[in-house]
Amino acid sequence: MGAQKKSATARVSEDQEELARNPLQAILLADSFATTFRPITLERPKVLLPLVNIPMIDYTLAWLESAGVEEVFVFCCAHSKQVIDYLESSRWSSQPNFSVTTIESHNSISAGDALRLIYERNVIHGDFVLISGDTVSNMSLTQVLQEHKERRKKDANAIMTMVVKKSKPSPITQQSRLGTDELFMAINPVTKQLLCYEDKAEHSKGFISLDKTLIADNPSIILHNDKQDCYIDVCSQEVLSLFTDNFDYQHLRRHFVKGLLVDDIMGYKIFTHEIHSSYAARIDNFRSYDTISKDIIQRWTYPFVPDILCGSSAIKVERQGTYRASDVTLSRSAHIGSFTFIGQGTKIGNDTKISHSVVGEGCTIGSNVTIEGSYIWNNVTIEDGCQLRHAIVCDGVIMKSGAVLQPGVILSFKVVVGQQFVVPAYSKVSLLQQPTQQDSDEELEYADNTSGTGELRYKLNGDIAADLSETAYELGTGGVGYIWSVFEGAQDEEWKHSVAPIPKDKLVKLMLDKDEDEEQLTQDGNVLSASGELKADSDDNGSEDDDNADSRDDYGFFEKEVEATFLRAVHENVKVDHAVLEVNALRLSYNMASVDCAGAIFYSMMKLAVESPHHSASELHRNAADIITKWVKLLKSFLHDIDEEIEVILKFEEMCLESAKEFAALFPQVLHLLYDKEILQEDAILRWADEKEGADESDKVFLKSSEKFVQWLKEAEEEDEDD
Amino acid sequence: MDFQVVVLAGGSSKNLTPLVSKELPKPLLPVANRPVLSYVLHQLEQNNLKDLIVVVEGEDTALVVGAWISGTFIDRLHVEIAAVPEDIGTAGAIRAISHHLTAKDILVVSGDLVSDVPPGAVAATHRRHDAAVTAMLSSIPVSGPLDSGSSGGKDKAKKLGRYNIIGLDPGKQFLLHIATGAEIEKDARLPKRILRAVGQMEIRSDLMDAHMYAFKRSVLQEVLDLKDTFQSLKEDVLPYLVRSQLKSEALSNRTPQGEENGNEKVTSQNNQVFVSRILANSSTPSFHDHSSENPDGSASTRKTHKCCVYIASSGSYCVRLNSIQAFMDINRDVTGEADHLLTGTSSDPNNNIGPSPKLGTKTTVGPHCMLGEGSEIGDKCQVKRSVIGRHCRIGSHVKVVNSVVMNHVTIGDGCIIQGSVVCSNVQLQERVVLKDCQVGAGFVVTAGSEYKAESLARKEK
Repeated sequence: MGAQKKSATARVSEDQEELARNPLQAILLADSFATTFRPITLERPKVLLPLVNIPMIDYTLAWLESAGVEEVFVFCCAHSKQVIDYLESSRWSSQPNFSVTTIESHNSISAGDALRLIYERNVIHGDFVLISGDTVSNMSLTQVLQEHKERRKKDANAIMTMVVKKSKPSPITQQSRLGTDELFMAINPVTKQLLCYEDKAEHSKGFISLDKTLIADNPSIILHNDKQDCYIDVCSQEVLSLFTDNFDYQHLRRHFVKGLLVDDIMGYKIFTHEIHSSYAARIDNFRSYDTISKDIIQRWTYPFVPDILCGSSAIKVERQGTYRASDVTLSRSAHIGSFTFIGQGTKIGNDTKISHSVVGEGCTIGSNVTIEGSYIWNNVTIEDGCQLRHAIVCDGVIMKSGAVLQPGVILSFKVVVGQQFVVPAYSKVSLLQQPTQQDSDEELEYADNTSGTGELRYKLNGDIAADLSETAYELGTGGVGYIWSVFEGAQDEEWKHSVAPIPKDKLVKLMLDKDEDEEQLTQDGNVLSASGELKADSDDNGSEDDDNADSRDDYGFFEKEVEATFLRAVHENVKVDHAVLEVNALRLSYNMASVDCAGAIFYSMMKLAVESPHHSASELHRNAADIITKWVKLLKSFLHDIDEEIEVILKFEEMCLESAKEFAALFPQVLHLLYDKEILQEDAILRWADEKEGADESDKVFLKSSEKFVQWLKEAEEEDEDD
Repeated sequence: MDFQVVVLAGGSSKNLTPLVSKELPKPLLPVANRPVLSYVLHQLEQNNLKDLIVVVEGEDTALVVGAWISGTFIDRLHVEIAAVPEDIGTAGAIRAISHHLTAKDILVVSGDLVSDVPPGAVAATHRRHDAAVTAMLSSIPVSGPLDSGSSGGKDKAKKLGRYNIIGLDPGKQFLLHIATGAEIEKDARLPKRILRAVGQMEIRSDLMDAHMYAFKRSVLQEVLDLKDTFQSLKEDVLPYLVRSQLKSEALSNRTPQGEENGNEKVTSQNNQVFVSRILANSSTPSFHDHSSENPDGSASTRKTHKCCVYIASSGSYCVRLNSIQAFMDINRDVTGEADHLLTGTSSDPNNNIGPSPKLGTKTTVGPHCMLGEGSEIGDKCQVKRSVIGRHCRIGSHVKVVNSVVMNHVTIGDGCIIQGSVVCSNVQLQERVVLKDCQVGAGFVVTAGSEYKAESLARKEK
């Protein structure tokens, strides 16, 4: 593959004077630290996957070269050997004025690790371009670099400039044409400072929150839903040291950008630069692979198009965007449709129809084959009568006659599909077995990436055939390969990132769902809005809820944590002292007062009592009594004064009203119990009674039910005084 | 124009005690010696909006205001006076007079608005977009005493309060989000749904809802019918309409009463949308139309309505008289930088100094002052940046700075009045010193007393 590259890349004219002092450097991450291209990436690094028959990294490097970058550090991690070998054999190793240096790591699991390692190497001496090896662009860096430099002169805190481009996500799927999730960015229209970046916005929430200080500081903010992050960043050196200082930063956007925006570290600022006419996009998933391939074929990325990038092999562009290498053997009756690429040495049989597809080098395609919207890499054999729709077929795959690929299928390297076999839609097929770990969890994405590949690389060297012979003929007679099962829950998501267009019925369903959602959200919106409109039905808690919604949220989390701690203490017989310590630690980390602890502990205790099995009120009472007796010390260690005791009573009232209505009938008894156990002093109870005296009737339900007890307490107190 | 105008003139505003009273309700509060209501009515008249309903609080107020209007505008405007109970809010007031509304569109103006923004432009914007509601937004007024001192600029910047948080579309034509009242002190919560439909939203905190709205009558009436808890146009009705603009309940849940108008409307609706698109000069349809389309391109049953804005140009003047500070500011501005508001108000062209001023010797009346008809000022007085009403008697050695003195006020010798409001029939005896005070009507300030930042009024009997 590397043999054919010889560049005739047009250099974008650059204003070199500004850049001359320091050679412009770039960091290219040749590892996406993600698993979206599995199973293909188990065998080959993503940056070497062919994009319209040229490895992705070539597009990125060619662009960097043309944009005036002089020194590129390619960071390789997964399959680093393959990347290094490729680069060494490619034209990039011997370019004048353009040096490509590889940095290898075996234990980096994220972009953060990569940047920390590069920082240690101390190779970056000024502003640099940070990019990943799967980015296709033809933008000129001159303007953005200049803007960045000028900002830096004025404000040393402007450490990063992100490139964004207009791209409105579909209103139905809420995802861009690159298959990425919708992104909300708040930008100051004058300074272009980025104020807010929400990519994994919670879908359940119908609102984007903008901090009030942002609004106070910026009289005008533009909130964008129609911009796409190009993942091209111009950074100052501080970025690297920031990664080193904040060793928990992993993801460039999720941790670094958000971290800077939210935590406001040292007042560092991020700015944006919007490109209008030039192209920039990153291949993030199969859908963007599809979209960007089409863009390349349609020459949006000019001059980075196949016929120019690999000049020697004489690829000709014909009418309707058909690219054909010189020595293609094409049957007379074969029909090559528009926007199709046919690579060198490929043979195509009679009556075969190919449209909107890419066919690599050395492929053999039989007769009566239909290929539509598919990506067929090199040396693939497709026998007669096969049908492929919107599929990706990797090197060395053999499809026996009559096999059918339904939309969205991925066939990894050297898979063999049996005769007449129909590979179901969205299947991913590989010779390698699916790694057993569940990696659907976002958090595990990084860790799992390397461990998975390591283990599998070993397997690759071993005898695959033997491995396969026992197990499945999942791909029909003569077929070789495993169909990966889709993780539970991810099944619904599969179509989102697939190469196949989104089916109509999905769209209709989404549309309906969205309507419903919206209905819900509109209603939510009504409840949430602070306006007086709903006062009638939410009088008792609506307004108050709203006022301290934030602190409530915090408290909610805190309460959950305390509850978990308490339950663990109960189940694992943790000593009371230790439990106290743990709760105290939680208190500090959530910045709560001991009043809140008391409330939360009491809440957990009562919840446990309700949740333990019981059949009657008396049993429930007994449950509660047992728990209270056992954990009285824990509770008491947070009850220092009367206010905290009153809080416990109030909490209990709240529970009786809301979460644990069963206790409502037992209110006086439990109150008495708490008094007996010396958890509550009589002063606290009397104060509570006093406070409640003036409350609404509805608020006094529990006061009434425990009236006798309170009365008794009062009398006892009077007697005391008499004595 | 088939626009009916509702002027919400209010009554006895609590914010303005002790300035207002039964005899002098808020609409008649003098601004540069002319009732505040006259500014709005004048603007409406200029814009040929002559079909008016003036809504006031309380029957007594209605009589007083009615008498004044019929005395002043009798031949020029067609005015109905409607009295509504107090404390029912702006939405309540409209609800109460709903049966009077007949025109296709309703322009609701607050009676305390002193502005040079043409209401006709708001109405035209409303019509052009065929909007459900159009709100007029203006830049936030500069508040506080404008001293000629050097620190003026700095203070200005500091005092810019935030009144609203407003979300606009990129073309600044549509209102996408509005937060009022207590909400603006919290983190803004912007609806993703609308954001998705529009793509980008500009969030402005330097604009103010000036309380001039054009409503489509059918929408307004239905909202008021459906949501009987809505009290305020500004805080309930407008935010509600803005929030639901992509999923319009007001149009889909037609109540049977609206039927006869409704049928006619539905048939003509498509046509109207089409026409409005042409009028809006937009080659691309607005996002409202997009978001109501199905994936296959057919229009769905979902109704949308448009919430538009008219943004007053930055040079225009627009302040509401809803606090004592605003009262001071408006008096200052109308006699000063915004004096074009006065010219042409035909009632009496006595620009700054009345026709027969009697000034004592060595008395100076500075620029930006107004001296009402029949007032007399003694010797060696100084009047700076102040408005003095009609038939006032001011003694000698009196200093009046940054103040408003209403009619028939007697000021004794040697008084010093700074930053204060002195209502009608007040008597200030000798050597009274007032600083930042308000003196209610008919009050007598005894000789030699000094007050600072106080509100003086007769006890209600």
